[in-house]
Amino acid sequence: MNENRKLTFSTVLVHILLIVLVVINLFPLYWMMTFSLKDNDEIFGGYLKDDAGKAILDENGEKIPVERNMIGLPRTWRWSNYPKALNTGNMGRYFLNSLIVSASAIAITLIAAFMATYAMTRLVWKGRKMMNKFFMLGLTIPIHAALVPVFMILSRMKLLDTYVALIIPYAAFSLSMGILISIGFMGDIPYDLDEAAFLDGCGVWGIFGRVIAPLMMPATATVGIYTFLQCWNELLFATIFVSKGQYMTLPVGVQQLFGQYTTDWGPIGAALAIATIPTMIVYALLSKRIQAGFIAGAVKG
Amino acid sequence: MKRTFTYKLSIVAFLLPALILFIGILIAPIIMSVIYSLNDFKAISGSDMTYVGFRNFIELFSPELVNEKGALYANVNYMGDALLNSLLLAALSTFIQLPLALIIALKLSKGIRGERIYLSIFFMPVLISTVIIGRLWMNIYETNGLLNAALDALGIKQQVFSWVSSKITSTKMPFQGGWTGYKETALLAAFVPILWQYVGYHMLLMYAGIKGVPADLLEAAQLDGCTEGQVNRHIIIPYIKPILKVCVIFAVTGSLKSFDLIYTLMKDTRRAELPSTLMYKLTFLNNRYGLGSAIAVVLIVLCFAFAMLISLAFRDKGEKVS
Repeated sequence: MNENRKLTFSTVLVHILLIVLVVINLFPLYWMMTFSLKDNDEIFGGYLKDDAGKAILDENGEKIPVERNMIGLPRTWRWSNYPKALNTGNMGRYFLNSLIVSASAIAITLIAAFMATYAMTRLVWKGRKMMNKFFMLGLTIPIHAALVPVFMILSRMKLLDTYVALIIPYAAFSLSMGILISIGFMGDIPYDLDEAAFLDGCGVWGIFGRVIAPLMMPATATVGIYTFLQCWNELLFATIFVSKGQYMTLPVGVQQLFGQYTTDWGPIGAALAIATIPTMIVYALLSKRIQAGFIAGAVKG
Repeated sequence: MKRTFTYKLSIVAFLLPALILFIGILIAPIIMSVIYSLNDFKAISGSDMTYVGFRNFIELFSPELVNEKGALYANVNYMGDALLNSLLLAALSTFIQLPLALIIALKLSKGIRGERIYLSIFFMPVLISTVIIGRLWMNIYETNGLLNAALDALGIKQQVFSWVSSKITSTKMPFQGGWTGYKETALLAAFVPILWQYVGYHMLLMYAGIKGVPADLLEAAQLDGCTEGQVNRHIIIPYIKPILKVCVIFAVTGSLKSFDLIYTLMKDTRRAELPSTLMYKLTFLNNRYGLGSAIAVVLIVLCFAFAMLISLAFRDKGEKVS
C-alpha cells in the first residue's frame, strides 16, 4: 500500500499523534539526563553553590538565589555528579558483575538448549514430542515458584552471595525459550547434512559439533539477546540471592545507591544515566536483531 | 546408521544438561513449594518444619495475617487485597494498554513514513531496567516532584489536591502531594510507568503480526471496496488472533507476577500491595517460609489457570485445544 504515501490531511494528523507519542516516550529520559547534571538548588530553586556544596557569595557577601529549573537544560553542567555516582556508588563493579552473570548464563543456556534441541529434532526416539512439551511448561512457570526452594538449596550449599547463585537460576529460566527458538532454527537445517557427515564417519557428537552447531549462528544471536535481556534487568532473584556488594548486579546496585542519596537528585540521575546509556547504545546498534528476538519468543510461544 | 541416531546413551547425554537445569531449578522447586506451603517453618535450613495442612492458605486469606509479635497486618485481608490489586492491574493492562498498542500498530504497519524509527523509539523503554523507571517515576510522584511542579505551573495544584483529598477514604489526612503514599492513588500511579514501558512491547508483537498478513488478502479486500476500518476489523484482527492471545496472556500473567516496579517505586508497598511484594516481605523480612511458599503456589496455579482460560477464550469455534 505504498502508493498511499501522499501527504493528506489524515496522514499529517497521524504523524502529529505519533510525534506526541515519541515526545512522551523520550521525555523521561531527557529529563533524567538534565537532572543528572544539576544540583538540588537548581532543580527546586535555592542558592547558587559550588561543586563542594558551599554557597557562592556575591561581592556583597550575599547568597545568590537561583530560580527553580526542573525540566530545562542545566544552567551549570555539573559533570561532577558522574564521578560521585561512580565512586560512592561502585557502579563499575556492579556493571562488571552484571556482565559476568549475563555472559555465563547465556553460555550455559545456549549449550544446554542446543544439545537438548539436537536430541529432540535429529535423534530418533519415542517420547521426544512429550519431552518438548515438558520443556515448554517452563514458559508459564513464574520465577516465584523457585524463590524459596532455590534460596534454601543455595544457602545449604553455601552458594548465596556468589555469581553461581544467579547464573544457574537465570540459565534455567531462559532454557525453555532457548529451546523454543532453537527448534525453529534447527528444523531448517537440511537432514541430508547429517547423513553426509555420518557417511564421512562422524558420530552424533561429531555431527552436532562440526555440522549443526556452526549452522546455528543466527539462533545463537537470537537466544543470546533474549537471555541477555532477561538477566541484565532481573531484580527479584538478584535482590534475594545476593546481598554482598561484591557480587551485586546493576539493578540491585542502583537500587542500593538510592539509600545513600535519598534526596540528592543529581548523583541519582547520574547513576541512572550510567546504568541506562550502555543498553541504549547496544539497542541503537542492534535494534532490529533485538526486536527480532522478542518477536521470535512471542510468536512461537 | 539407524543405530547411531537411536543410541540411548547419546540421547540421554544430549538431554542431560537441560534436564538437570530444568528439573533442578523449575520442576523440583514447584514440588518443594507445594510441600513447604503445607508446613510452617522459620529456619532457612527447614529444621523446624512442622506440618500444618492448609493453615498457611487460610492464614493468608484471613483478616489476621500475624507474626508472633502480634498483628503484622491487623484486620486487613492482605493477600485478598494483593490479588485484587494484581487483577486490577491485569484489567488495566488488557483493556487500556493492549487496545492502545493495537491502534498504533495498525496505523504504523500501513506504510507510514518512518515507521521503523517510530517503532524503534516506542519499543525502547522495554529495554530499560524497571529499577531505573521506578526511580524516575518516584521523582515524578514525590511531594516536590515533577507532577506537582507541573500542576503548580498550571495553577491548578490546590484544586487537584482538594479534589483528590475528597476521594481519599483510607486515611483522615488530607492529600499532601505524595502520589504513591495513598491507597487510592498508588496503584494507578504504578500503572502509568507500566503502560509507558510496555505499550511498545505489545505494539512490536502486533506490528510483526500485521506485517505477516498476506498482501493479496489485503489487496483483494481493497478491490472489493473495503474501508480501512473494515479491513482492520474483518481481515487483520482475525488474522493476528494468535498474537493477540499471546499479548493478553503476557499482560495478565505479567501483572500477577509483577514485582520490580512497585518494589522500586514505593517506600511502602502496602499502598499497592501485590502478591510478589507480599511474598517478599513475609518470606525474607519475616522468615515465614511456609506462608511465602503458599503465595508462590497460588501464583503458579493462577498463572497456569489464566493462560488456559485465555487460550480457551481465543479458540476458534470447532477448533480443538491442543
